Amino acid sequence: MTFKLAASPHSHQRRTTQQVMRWVYVALIPGLLTLMYFFGWGVLWQLALAVSTAFVVEALSMRLRGRTIQSAWQDHTALVTAILLAISIPSLAPWWLIVIGTAFAIGVVKHVYGGVGQNIFNPAMAGYVVLLISFPVQMTSWPLPTQISQFELSFMDAASVIFTGFTPAGYDLEQLRMGADGLTMATPLDSLRTALNHQLTIGEALQQPIFGTLAGLGWQWVNLAFLLGGVVLIKQRIISWHIPTGMLLGLAVPAALAWLFAPDQSVSPLMHLLSGATMLGAFFIATDPVTAATSNRGRLYFGLLVGFLVFVIRTWGGYPDAVAFAVLLANMTVPIIDKYTQPVAYGHGGRS
Amino acid sequence: MSYRDITWQGLWENNPALVQLLGLCPLLAVTATVTNALGLGLATLLVLIGSNITVSLVRDFVPKEIRIPVFVMVIATYVTVIQLLMNAYVYGLYQSLGIFIPLIVTNCAIIGRAEAFASKNPWQRAAFDGLMMGLGFTLVLLVLGAIREVIGNGTLFDGANLLLGDWAAALRIELFSVDYPLLLAILPPGAFIAMGFIIALKNIIDQRRAERASKPVKEVTRARVTSQ
Repeated sequence: MTFKLAASPHSHQRRTTQQVMRWVYVALIPGLLTLMYFFGWGVLWQLALAVSTAFVVEALSMRLRGRTIQSAWQDHTALVTAILLAISIPSLAPWWLIVIGTAFAIGVVKHVYGGVGQNIFNPAMAGYVVLLISFPVQMTSWPLPTQISQFELSFMDAASVIFTGFTPAGYDLEQLRMGADGLTMATPLDSLRTALNHQLTIGEALQQPIFGTLAGLGWQWVNLAFLLGGVVLIKQRIISWHIPTGMLLGLAVPAALAWLFAPDQSVSPLMHLLSGATMLGAFFIATDPVTAATSNRGRLYFGLLVGFLVFVIRTWGGYPDAVAFAVLLANMTVPIIDKYTQPVAYGHGGRS
Repeated sequence: MSYRDITWQGLWENNPALVQLLGLCPLLAVTATVTNALGLGLATLLVLIGSNITVSLVRDFVPKEIRIPVFVMVIATYVTVIQLLMNAYVYGLYQSLGIFIPLIVTNCAIIGRAEAFASKNPWQRAAFDGLMMGLGFTLVLLVLGAIREVIGNGTLFDGANLLLGDWAAALRIELFSVDYPLLLAILPPGAFIAMGFIIALKNIIDQRRAERASKPVKEVTRARVTSQ
């Protein structure tokens, strides 16, 4: 009789990548619905464009690498990248924006490095940064939340803006972004930065209608919805709590300090937490299992670093939001974090 | 080393930009357009030929211990000459290349050739080596410049008249017109990415060549000597 020798771990969780990714879709649903409620049908068109581009590019890359197309498509990672990118870009951006971004994210950032599990950088965020650097105007032209916008766009109107740049009635994106007072309005974070640059205090800046009760009309609810989805992911043990907690702390603690010492010149921690891409970043982007740190302690440090970088870039950087840059910069530090936080194996080293 | 070998080494096998990865700073900084790439490539080529010949001629009189300062002085002299010539004859290009003309002095490809080849070979071969290495460098600059200009701007040879005179304005080709240039391709990150792809392409070609060169080994059929 032979005894089968098996190395640890002895108990597995039988969950395939496909199932993990399916939970990610489910968790994204509340955020997506909220985003659509506030920013209209454009979100859905961006999603459709991103997913179809991802499908084509993934198939082409697999072809070039001599693999079968099905094997790549089955694990759904390309789909998640496409969805994250589609959520991050302005909902009425021209169609070629999302196509270029997704093609770069899948084709270059993911497959050039060797496909699933081999990429150093988060594909969705690298695609986002490429777009932000190349087309800063289009990438910061978020439409107004439907509640304070003068225009109501139907499903086909949104398509018309995305594909031709004009609504059937002949309005372009710039006109659609005007508030009732005829001024174009930026996102809450963008407006705050401009106001601070014009020597206004935070109190004065917050008078603009773009800021709702908590942290910016629309954005606060989008962020809360992503938070809800993120909690579901943690409950389902798809992601561990270390990275999101680290990132939120890394952002909130410096923000709170700055706010306590200079309340007129710095953005409140609540505003930091509930505006821009904070929650999406903390729960869905920074937690990418491939490009984040591996051990739990490492993940905590990784999260703290991302959060701190978000604070630094939002406060002193050149761009209004910072999650994409912070995640990419932290991705670079992952090998060194992993090296110094490697847990000691049972029976080896340690204090005796 | 035969002239044929020198050609092959300079243009492909030991290409300063693709294999030795020398002189990356100007390579990445000025290749936003084909014209800039050609201008800097030619300047580097001329400096390389001049410095190689001079270094080769004085190689027997320079003490080993101080050879590097001497080589640098020789290179700096040629760079100054080229810089003044460009200032006089192609002023527009001189302005658009800016600091990168004097920085040719620090291009490691040049001091590298002076040390590795010119200081050990007769002047004819050194001159030929400078020509081939310079050509190899220029070709990579041109390819990189063309890729970045096409992707970023949709044009080729934009501003060629700055380098070649007024007739060259006709060289400008507009492949497609873009409302919003893809800034990434024109900015330094685009240069790094494009350079990565060019090096990868060269490696693929080398791999294919190696596969074709290695002849299939003849299968030896083994005779069965035991029966079990």
